[in-house]
Amino acid sequence: MKLNLKIWRQEDAKDKGGFQNYKVDGIDGDMSFLEMLDVLNNTLVEEGVDPVEFDHDCREGICGSCSLQINGEPHGPDRRVTTCQLHMRKFKDGDDIVIEPFRATAFPVIKDLVIDRSAFDRIQHAGGYISVNTSGNTQDANSIPIEKDNADDSFYAATCIGCGACVAACKNASAMLFTAAKVSQFALLPQGEVEAHERVLSMVDQMDKEGFGNCTNTGACEIECPKGISLENIARLNREYLGASFSG
Amino acid sequence: MTVLDSKVPEGPIEKKWTKHKNEINLVNPANKRNIDIIVVGTGLAGGSSAATLAELGYNVKTFCFQDSPRRAHSIAAQGGINASKNYQGDGDSDFRLFYDTVKGGDYRSREGNVYRLAEVSSNIIDQCVAQGVPFAREYGGLLDNRSFGGVLVSRTFYAKGQTGQQLLLGAYSAMNRQINRGKIQTFNRHEMMDLVLVDGKARGIIARDLVTGEIERHSAHAVVLASGGYGNVFYLSTNAMGSNVMAAWRAHKKGAFFANPCFTQIHPTCIPVSGDLQSKLTLMSESLRNDGRIWVPKHKKDAEAIREGKLKPTELGEEDRDYYLERRYPAFGNLVPRDVASRAAKERCDEDYGVNKTGQAVYLDFKAAIERYGKEKAFISGHKNPGKEEIIKLGEEVIESKYGNLFEMYEKITDQNPYKTPMMIFPAVHYTMGGLWVDYNLMTTIPGCYATGEANFSDHGANRLGASALMQGLADGYFVLPYTIGDYLSDDIRTGRISTDTEEFEQAEKEVKERVQKLFDAKGKNPVDYYHKKLGKIMWDKCGMSRNVPDLEKALEEIKELRDDFWANVRVTGKQGTKNAELEKAGRVADFLELGELFAKDALERNESCGGHFREEYQTEDGEALRDDENYRFVSAWEYVGNPRDAKLHKEELIFENIELKTRSYK
Repeated sequence: MKLNLKIWRQEDAKDKGGFQNYKVDGIDGDMSFLEMLDVLNNTLVEEGVDPVEFDHDCREGICGSCSLQINGEPHGPDRRVTTCQLHMRKFKDGDDIVIEPFRATAFPVIKDLVIDRSAFDRIQHAGGYISVNTSGNTQDANSIPIEKDNADDSFYAATCIGCGACVAACKNASAMLFTAAKVSQFALLPQGEVEAHERVLSMVDQMDKEGFGNCTNTGACEIECPKGISLENIARLNREYLGASFSG
Repeated sequence: MTVLDSKVPEGPIEKKWTKHKNEINLVNPANKRNIDIIVVGTGLAGGSSAATLAELGYNVKTFCFQDSPRRAHSIAAQGGINASKNYQGDGDSDFRLFYDTVKGGDYRSREGNVYRLAEVSSNIIDQCVAQGVPFAREYGGLLDNRSFGGVLVSRTFYAKGQTGQQLLLGAYSAMNRQINRGKIQTFNRHEMMDLVLVDGKARGIIARDLVTGEIERHSAHAVVLASGGYGNVFYLSTNAMGSNVMAAWRAHKKGAFFANPCFTQIHPTCIPVSGDLQSKLTLMSESLRNDGRIWVPKHKKDAEAIREGKLKPTELGEEDRDYYLERRYPAFGNLVPRDVASRAAKERCDEDYGVNKTGQAVYLDFKAAIERYGKEKAFISGHKNPGKEEIIKLGEEVIESKYGNLFEMYEKITDQNPYKTPMMIFPAVHYTMGGLWVDYNLMTTIPGCYATGEANFSDHGANRLGASALMQGLADGYFVLPYTIGDYLSDDIRTGRISTDTEEFEQAEKEVKERVQKLFDAKGKNPVDYYHKKLGKIMWDKCGMSRNVPDLEKALEEIKELRDDFWANVRVTGKQGTKNAELEKAGRVADFLELGELFAKDALERNESCGGHFREEYQTEDGEALRDDENYRFVSAWEYVGNPRDAKLHKEELIFENIELKTRSYK
C-alpha cells in the first residue's frame, strides 16, 4: 500500500518544529508501524535527507522505548499494543497518517519524535523500591506466603512498561496511572508494606515537581495503556496517599 | 600460545566458592568511598552489579544507550529463572542444576563457575522476593514452578511470560535506592565508544552522549562490561534493535581475549520471518514447550497442501502428524535443549515438511493441553461429564492464565488465533554463549576490566539451557562480581581519583573522534541497514545452524569484502553534534563487520560439533552432534592482533573432575 505521512520534525529542544509531508510505497500489512518508518528512513538516507528520529529498541512491546502519537492516539488506533506491535494491516491503501511525539510539558522533545521521559525515572528514584540490601542475606523466599490474588494484582501493576502513553492520552498530562502502578505493586506485597507511607508521599511529591497535571478521572489513560494497567491502581494510590497523609 | 589461568580455586567443587570468598582481599568500607567503578550496560547483570557495588560503598557510574536503565533488553526475557530450591521436592539440588547446565552446554563450560552459579541460584530467588518481584504463586501463597528444556525437574520460577521484565524492574528498583542515596550516577543515552587503559589497567571509558553528540571522558578504578551479547551480528535476531557488541569489541581490541565467538544459540520457538523488510524476530517462550507439542505433517503432500493454503492444520488427523521431537527423543520429548530442537526443526524443513508459505516453519500445538487442562478443571469444579465445548472453554482459560501475554503477542504479530489453530514457529538467533574471556573472578585479560552476564563466556558452554541467562546475569551482578572485584581493588585504596587529563585519555578520545569522522567521510550511497542486512545473510547462510568448511571459508572472504565496501561506500547522514540514529547504527555495524570475521574463523577452526556449533563434517549416523573431547576440550580465547582473521589463539583447557564426559543423549 501507499501512504501519506505527516510527520513532526524538530531539530532539537529549542527548535519550534513543524510538520513535513512524506509518501511511502510498497508497505505490506504484515509490517509493523516502525518497519514502515524504517522504509521511509532508508529512502530519506538514499536521498541524503536526515531520517526521522524516533525511539525504539526491543520491538516486541516490552521495553517501553517506542512512543508516537499516531492520528491523535498514543501508540495508534489499535488497543493494547505499543507502536512497535502495531501492524500496518490496521491501515488502508491511501491513508493519511499524522505522526507526532507524545505531548506533555514534562516530556520535552529531544529531536523529531524522540522525547525525554526522564521525569518518570526521577519518580521511581524517589521511592520506587523496597529498602533491602542486595547482598543476599535475605530469608527464604517461601517464608512469607502471599495470597495469590494480591500477588497477581501486584504483578499486573508491575507490567507497566513506562512508555508514557497514559500521560500523552490525558488532557491534563497527568502521570497518575504510571505512579499508581508503581505504588500499587509494592503496596500489595507484605515486603512493600513497611515503607508504604513514605513511598507514596515521596513519589507523589516528585510527580508534582516534574510538572505533570492532576488527575480528573477521565480514564483515557487506561484505555490507551498498551498493557491495560487498571484505573483501580489510581484508586489505590489515592487511598494510600490519604492514609499516609493522616498518619504523617 | 599461552595457557590461560582460570584461577579456579583448589579443593572440592562445593567448597571452592566459600573458600575463595574467605581468602580473597577485601576493601574496607571507608576506602570503598574513594573508589569509582564504571558499569556499562544496565540489564540484569549491569543493573544488579551497579546496585550491589553502590550498596557496598563504591561510587558507581552506569552507562546505557537506552533512555532509562529499565529498558535494557533483559526486559524482554520471557519464560523464567532457574534455581535449585527444590520446592517441588522432585529431587533437585545444586549438584543437579550444575550437572544439567554442564551437560546442556555440551561439556564446553568451566566446572568451577557453573557450580558457583548453581550454588547462589537459590539466593537470587530469596533476594528478588524480598525486593518485591511478583513471581507467580499457587493458591496456597507459595511460589510456583515450571519446567524448561534439557532437565527432568521443575525448577523454573516465573512471572507469566514477563519474568525478565519483573527481574529487571527489581534490579532497577535496587538501583533506584542507590541513585536516591547519590551512590549511583546514571548516564543514560550514552554509548561506550572505547576503553581507556593506563599502565595496562582499565581506567575509564570514552562515551558519546547520544543526545548532544559530545564525546566524553570518564575515569574509574575498574570498568565492568555488562553490555550483553552480539546476536545482532545476524541482523535478524530476537535481540533489541540497539543490542550491539561495541563495548566488548572495543575492549577486545584493547587486549581482552574473546572466547568461543562461534557459540551462538538459535532458539527453536520464534515467530517465522514474514517478509524482506522485517527488522527483528520475536521469541515465543520456551515455557510453551511445557504444554505445546511440536509437529509437522507426516506426508509431504499434506505439507505442500498446507503451504498452498489448501489444507488447514486442524483438519489433519493425529495419524497424519509427525511429532518428531517425541519420536526422536522419547525421554525428553518436546523439552529437549534448544540446540537439539532447532536442528530437528531445520532437518524437517530441509526435507520439505515445513508448513508456512516459505516452508520455513513447524507447528507448536496446544490442542492436547487445552483438552487435558479442561478435563482437569471440569473435574475439580464438580462437572463429572463435561461437554466438549465446556472442556475447551475451561482449558483455554487455564492456558490463558499461564501464557496469556504470549498468545496475545502471537496474535498481534501474525493475525492468527493460537487457541484455535497451532502456532507456527521457526528457529532464530537468540543468545550468544561466547563473549569476553573471564577468569573465576570475572576479570578479562585486561586488569581491572570485568565482564558479566551475556557479555562474558563462562557458564553456558556451547549451548545455554532455558531460564539460565537470567540466573547468570543476576548471580554475576548481585553475588559474584561485587566480592571478586574487591580482590583487585584492594591494591587501589591509595591510588586516589583517576585523572582524565592524561595522554591516554587524550589519545583514546582522538581515536574515537577520528573514527566517527571517517564514517561521515565515506559519503557513499548505501544506508547502514544495507550493510547490516548483507552481513546478516552471510552469517545466517554460512555460519548459522549448520556449518561446513567451504561455507565458512567463503564467509571469511565475503565479510572482509563487505567491510571494505562499508568503509568506502556507506552513507551516514546528519551531524555528529546531535541525536543521530544513523551514526549510532553505523558505529555498531562497523564492529559487527569485524566480529563476524572472527566468528567465522572460530567456527572454522573448531573441528567438532558441540551444542549450538554444528559442523556438518562431524556428526553421528543419526545426525547428532559429534564432539571431539580429545582435541577440542578447550575454550578458544582469541587475542586481537590486527585483522580479525589473524587473531591469535589461546587455549584454556577444560577440566572435568566432577562430571564424567559423555555423549549428550536426550533419547
